[in-house]
Amino acid sequence: MNEQRPITIIVVIIVIGVVLLTKLFLIQVVDDSFLKKAESNAIQRVVDHPYRGLVYDRTGKILVYNYPIFDLMVIPREFQVGDTTRFCEIFKISKEYLIDTYNAARKYSSVKPSPLIKQISTTDFARIQDFLIDYPGLFVMTRSVRSYPQPSAANALGYIGEISSGQLERDSSQYYKQGDYVGLSGIEGFYENDLRGVKGVKYKLVNVRGVDKGSFKDGEFDTASVAGKNLVSTIDLELQQYGEMLMAGKRGSVVAIEPKTGEVLAMISAPTYDPNLLTGALFGNNYMELNRDESKPLFNRPIMAMYPPGSIFKIVQSLVGLQMGVLTPNTTYSCNRSLVACHNHPSPVNLFGAIRNSCNPYYHQAYRAMINREVSRNTFKDTELGLNTWRESVLKFGLGSPLGIDIKNEKGGSIPSSTVYDRKYGEGRWKYSTIYSLSIGQGEMLVTPLQMANLAAIFANKGYYYPPHMIKAIDGDSNKIPEEFRTRKNVGIDAHHFDLIQDAMAEAIYGTAARAAIPDITIAGKTGTAQNPQGEDHSVFIAFAPKENPQIAIAVYVENAGWGGRAAASTASLMIEKYIRREVKRLDLEEYVLVGKFM
Amino acid sequence: MRQDDLYINKIDWISIAIYSVLVIIGWINIYAAVYDEQSVKSIFDFSINSGKQLVWIGTAILLITVIMVADYRLFENLSLILYGFFIILLIITPFIGKEVNGQILSVGFGSFRIQPAEFAKFATALALARLMERSAFDLNQIKYQLQAIGVIMVPVILIMLQPDTGTAMVYFAFFIMLYREGMPQWYYAFGLSFIAITLLSLGIENNLYLAIGVGVIILILILLGKKKVSRIVSLVGIGILIVGYSYSIDLVVSKLPEHQQNRVMVLFNPNLDPLGVGWNVTQSKIAIGSGGFFGKGYLEGTQTKFDFVPEQHTDFIFCTLGEEFGWVGSLVVIVLFCALLIRLVILAERQKNRFSRIYGYCVISILLFHFMINIAMTIGLFPVVGIPLPFFSYGGSSLWSFTILLFIFIKLDSQRIQLLSRIG
Repeated sequence: MNEQRPITIIVVIIVIGVVLLTKLFLIQVVDDSFLKKAESNAIQRVVDHPYRGLVYDRTGKILVYNYPIFDLMVIPREFQVGDTTRFCEIFKISKEYLIDTYNAARKYSSVKPSPLIKQISTTDFARIQDFLIDYPGLFVMTRSVRSYPQPSAANALGYIGEISSGQLERDSSQYYKQGDYVGLSGIEGFYENDLRGVKGVKYKLVNVRGVDKGSFKDGEFDTASVAGKNLVSTIDLELQQYGEMLMAGKRGSVVAIEPKTGEVLAMISAPTYDPNLLTGALFGNNYMELNRDESKPLFNRPIMAMYPPGSIFKIVQSLVGLQMGVLTPNTTYSCNRSLVACHNHPSPVNLFGAIRNSCNPYYHQAYRAMINREVSRNTFKDTELGLNTWRESVLKFGLGSPLGIDIKNEKGGSIPSSTVYDRKYGEGRWKYSTIYSLSIGQGEMLVTPLQMANLAAIFANKGYYYPPHMIKAIDGDSNKIPEEFRTRKNVGIDAHHFDLIQDAMAEAIYGTAARAAIPDITIAGKTGTAQNPQGEDHSVFIAFAPKENPQIAIAVYVENAGWGGRAAASTASLMIEKYIRREVKRLDLEEYVLVGKFM
Repeated sequence: MRQDDLYINKIDWISIAIYSVLVIIGWINIYAAVYDEQSVKSIFDFSINSGKQLVWIGTAILLITVIMVADYRLFENLSLILYGFFIILLIITPFIGKEVNGQILSVGFGSFRIQPAEFAKFATALALARLMERSAFDLNQIKYQLQAIGVIMVPVILIMLQPDTGTAMVYFAFFIMLYREGMPQWYYAFGLSFIAITLLSLGIENNLYLAIGVGVIILILILLGKKKVSRIVSLVGIGILIVGYSYSIDLVVSKLPEHQQNRVMVLFNPNLDPLGVGWNVTQSKIAIGSGGFFGKGYLEGTQTKFDFVPEQHTDFIFCTLGEEFGWVGSLVVIVLFCALLIRLVILAERQKNRFSRIYGYCVISILLFHFMINIAMTIGLFPVVGIPLPFFSYGGSSLWSFTILLFIFIKLDSQRIQLLSRIG
């Protein structure tokens, strides 16, 4: 009866063996997830963070550097402190703080390090360094934060911050990890790839308690970090600081450009903030506070604020008219105030007089001649065609779309095309009388202060510009800056047309902005007033100097400061003097601007 | 002289060879488990476990020699005395033993300590063989069944009190021997379905599904078979019993001590608590699973090396093998164990007297159970119970007890002719 049973037992033995081997085959050979888990268990990837590149101004002064801060870390299990009172004295902490922090650290892990004292300064670190040896279980972790020796150009330089989850998802290169710091705005944002350097990585073996057990395969897969590239900014720190001083307590922008190169010499956004606020541990709180601030210090006005260009646009109109052949230096119109308001000046005027006196009726009539070329019998159609042809010419001045400056979030302004009016009034239902405000830079037209400064540079250069940029060399090499900043752009206006313009602008200083005149430096400039439906008009002025050999082109916006001839022209004039002479002698004018009572 | 030659020739060198290979592989793996790259010590260094294991192996060889030269009649004659001795030792262990983690498992002096529960296995095996060798002993009769179960249950109860559930469980392996000796088959059918239902009711989150499943099966059986009232009533009765049992199981589990409850539940879902109770299983599976086909190479395992797997030189020694020698290594060891077990079945079957055969099957039962449960728990097929892998795991008590267990049988086998003549 029992003869079959030994066979059954042998079968059971074999079945057990096969079951075990099958399961083993499944987890060892078929399923490779265990291998990955094993690696994440025992192989710790320690990222070696590179030093972020530094930023210098054009004269070699440092704008942004890395400041080391020290965190005192504690490994609770190894930590021994004999005399608590003495310990607290040395490390300048209270007994309660020590006990609370230590208990919290032990709760987190008794073998992994936790911070005991965060963000110790270099001086404090030097003091405590020698005592560390007396206390086992303590060690120092060095980190670096961005730091700004001169709290200037905050918005242009931008800031770095922890990468957002959205950015992480978009990062197709898979370079970033949660918790990494990236440039979020300004130069920091635009040159992120140059500044960040290359992360190194070390593979360490750790045991179950996270204790270091040496490097993985003798460091075969380890890579060293490569420090980020240093940048030389086009900013002239001295000029920048002077501009910030002038703009203190006001709202507005100053953009100064070197016309021959497109290098931005100064970019002032007022009000501004101390860039040191957005570094280190206080980033979050300070950011919230700045963000809530009603004066919007984080709003980078020079590239983000958009205003109607106002009278200054008449120069563009003149140039386009000259190039089209609609205008000649001798074209004369009467100052017919029934068309549009004007101020008192002799009438009729030729082109020179129109610029000098900023005559509104002149441009109303000149612009009609540019738009209604009688290409089509239908006046509506004719206006549409005329507007679009004209627009093409205007866009070449770098208007209507971002100039592509190397700062994030640049706005482009707008120059309306026929579709804008079609949408607004219906196709074939608008004509010149609908759009005439464009003639004097009003209406559906917006520019940024940067575009205005670029216009000044175009006038200075007699018809070309290099896209404005903030960085002139990467790693000491000026050829490493993006190609487009080294590419000259022509605006399609013959150079000789600019002679009359420059003369008129130089002359206009004495007519509309006498304050701006500087002895022995010929300034060519134009005032403007950006209409502001919310309140007082904005004071606008653009200029370049010296007229004969332009070294600086500038645009100044002072919000709610009324007519361009006062606040903006004075500020621009002081900036030009500062840049060309390196010192300002007209202290009364400086005082006038600093006091800021323009109305 | 002639008789001596005969005796040597009768020794089953195949079993001894497999035993030796397993012990050596185990020893090599113990070294791998304690190996520390940052302070390399020789495998022979007595300050580490591989060196200590070498001492245990040496003493095991002494034990083997003693067993092989002893008079074969000794084991039969001493069986009841030995059984009694270890029962008494188990009783007094809680009073004179040393407490570790709430368990009192070992007795002894200083560093020389033994675990009576380990040695009680071979004593129980001898006692069972002694009890059952009488020709009148018939496992079809309740009286004899109760006698055999009684001999098994005494040490079980005592060990449960230590408490050492894992080791106590091992004694149920003797049911394999009882099966061979004629225990009614339906006991096993019933027992196995009992276990299956238990596992199902634990594994299935909601017992309602189990109840519905059982209901459907019962309904099908009723529809397919004869529609006699008595049959329908008994089928429905069985269904109600099963469902009732499955609900009561959950109730019982909820009353178990928490660490045992967790060990059971983690079997069904190791992710339940990957850092707590599931840690052992999870880490053990990671270690073995990361070994791949050929393994990471000797002393190259990262999981076992860096203590991710707990108790890796004792109960979880198979992890080191799986990680460093891969599936091929596992294959070799499992084939060796199966070969040894089958060889022992062959040896047991060639015994001409019942004492030797019954004892042989006791050895097979214990080894099979340890081998199956130990490896199954390291790969998540069975809850974690703390029992060693025979001949492999570090530790004197374990190696000695398995060696004694096996070699008494090899000794008995080598003298099967004499044993026959004595009875004849």
